[in-house]
Amino acid sequence: MSRFLGTQNRTLWFWVFVGPFALGLILFTYVPLAWSVYLSFFDAHNTVSPDDFVGFDNYTSMLRNDAFTDSLVTFAVFSAFIVPTTFVLSLALALMVNRLRRAQAFFRSVFFLPAACSYVVAAMIWKLSIFNGVRFGLANTVLGWFGADQTAWLSTTDPPWYWLVIVTVRLWLQAGFYMILFLAGLQRISPTLYEAAAVDGARPGWQVLRHITLPQLRATSVAVTLLLVINAFQAFDEFYNLLSTSSGYPPHARPPLVYLYYTALGREQNLGLGSAGAVLLALIIAVVTIGQARWFGLGRKED
Amino acid sequence: MTAPVKGRVPAPRDRSTDDALVRAGRALRVVLLIALALLFLIPFYLLVRNGLASEDDITSPDWTFFPSTLHWSNISELFDDPTVPMARALLNSSLIAVTTTIGTLVLASLAGYGLARIPYRYADHVFYAILGTMMVPAAVTFVPSFVLVSSLGWVSTLRGLIVPTLFSAFACFIFRQYFLGFPRELEDAARVDGLGYWRTYWRVVVPNSRPVFAAVGTIVFIGAWNSFLWPLVIGQDREAWTVQVALATFTTSQVIRLHVLFVAAAVSIVPLLVVFLFFQRWIVAGVERSGIDD
Repeated sequence: MSRFLGTQNRTLWFWVFVGPFALGLILFTYVPLAWSVYLSFFDAHNTVSPDDFVGFDNYTSMLRNDAFTDSLVTFAVFSAFIVPTTFVLSLALALMVNRLRRAQAFFRSVFFLPAACSYVVAAMIWKLSIFNGVRFGLANTVLGWFGADQTAWLSTTDPPWYWLVIVTVRLWLQAGFYMILFLAGLQRISPTLYEAAAVDGARPGWQVLRHITLPQLRATSVAVTLLLVINAFQAFDEFYNLLSTSSGYPPHARPPLVYLYYTALGREQNLGLGSAGAVLLALIIAVVTIGQARWFGLGRKED
Repeated sequence: MTAPVKGRVPAPRDRSTDDALVRAGRALRVVLLIALALLFLIPFYLLVRNGLASEDDITSPDWTFFPSTLHWSNISELFDDPTVPMARALLNSSLIAVTTTIGTLVLASLAGYGLARIPYRYADHVFYAILGTMMVPAAVTFVPSFVLVSSLGWVSTLRGLIVPTLFSAFACFIFRQYFLGFPRELEDAARVDGLGYWRTYWRVVVPNSRPVFAAVGTIVFIGAWNSFLWPLVIGQDREAWTVQVALATFTTSQVIRLHVLFVAAAVSIVPLLVVFLFFQRWIVAGVERSGIDD
């Protein structure tokens, strides 16, 4: 028995260990992926096995579709807000928490705690408590102390205050997680670098931050930026929960995933068009990710 | 020269002459941190406050920090309300989160061990094929995954909610990295004792790897409990609603009363906060170990 379990049958044992996982991945990721590409070339309303081949029609109609291109604009606006704010806040939190001598674990927990909260619950607090557009909403109450008028945060598009609501939800939920990534990066910086800087007369504070800490955090910063952009592309939960009402989803501020959800699984069940949109989205994400990685020189050995 | 502090970056020594300035800066930092911490805690406070307040207290135009009285009865009202399938949703979410966590740990750890430790010609190819799925955005697969699950007849079943989510490339990746660094001496000792791969894995490797299992398990559990898009797509019948889908449905339908909604949301995060606070240091370790920024 032990000889059978030993080195003679390595290939067999490799597949005993890896096989179930690999099989599931093929069935639930590779097959859907291939099916998605297949469906995108067919007119597939409400059917999973279409026979009406339409070539690239789904793609061209998707690219000419204002709703789809608007969703890309929504994504662009969203990431222009969320990527820099999350980056700066989580880096600032990490720098401050890292230098604490006491209560470091406490502050780390407090900032990380929202990561345990779901977007659904967070969106509920934001929508029904903080940014409720009526007098008992916390934001309006606080602003009222300073004599400001009441604002209908989520139901006004001019000015588009809903962006403030959408961005702050994600900021609250995510900043702690990225703070942990930055903290991990900070822990890896060798103390001798700081000692050398002190010997050279660098003043603690801005000089040390700019010339030692930030360059040493380069790899972490690149990874955080990539993750922020990819995650922004996949935003769904907070948009869906903040903006949709009993009467439906407003046409403004539909990010790509929300738009695809309604196209493919909404009343029309247009799976062909939805698949074409999904493939386009995947291509855009791939291009942006690879472009970013190139731009940052990710994978260059000398870093 | 002071001895270097083990494992932690020391704050730069206060060698500058303007000590007062440095001290003022430090005080400012602490004040800022406390202010930010309070800001981060406010949403949790609002959740609990509104969950335990009466509906009048929530909608009162004169907002107060503390509700006039605490209504613990909101909790029983939530579970007695026949229009709110909250008990069922909590049960579904618990079943899904526990099963997904156990299933992911078993499948991903076995695969990670195989990839790291069993010599096989095409091991690297298999590994890259697995890693590649991490780059596939959820947007691309949720439509065809729905199609697949519905053609299996799994819509609105727990199977449909659980099985497709069991194959986490991320978890497999973490396990592989961890097992690559696992001390070989322990395995060699087991080998000398005549144990094969299978028994070496279960009797030697797993018992000595508890922290990484705790880290991955916690991350998977939280992800499964909080996931929304997939349960929304698959859990179409009320009977198959998860906590998140139930809450979202109530929020947009606005039939339900506010205090019930808030107590439901508060109840929904209790299990998670317990898991989270208990396992937090393992999550941190898991993030640091994932090599995400290397």
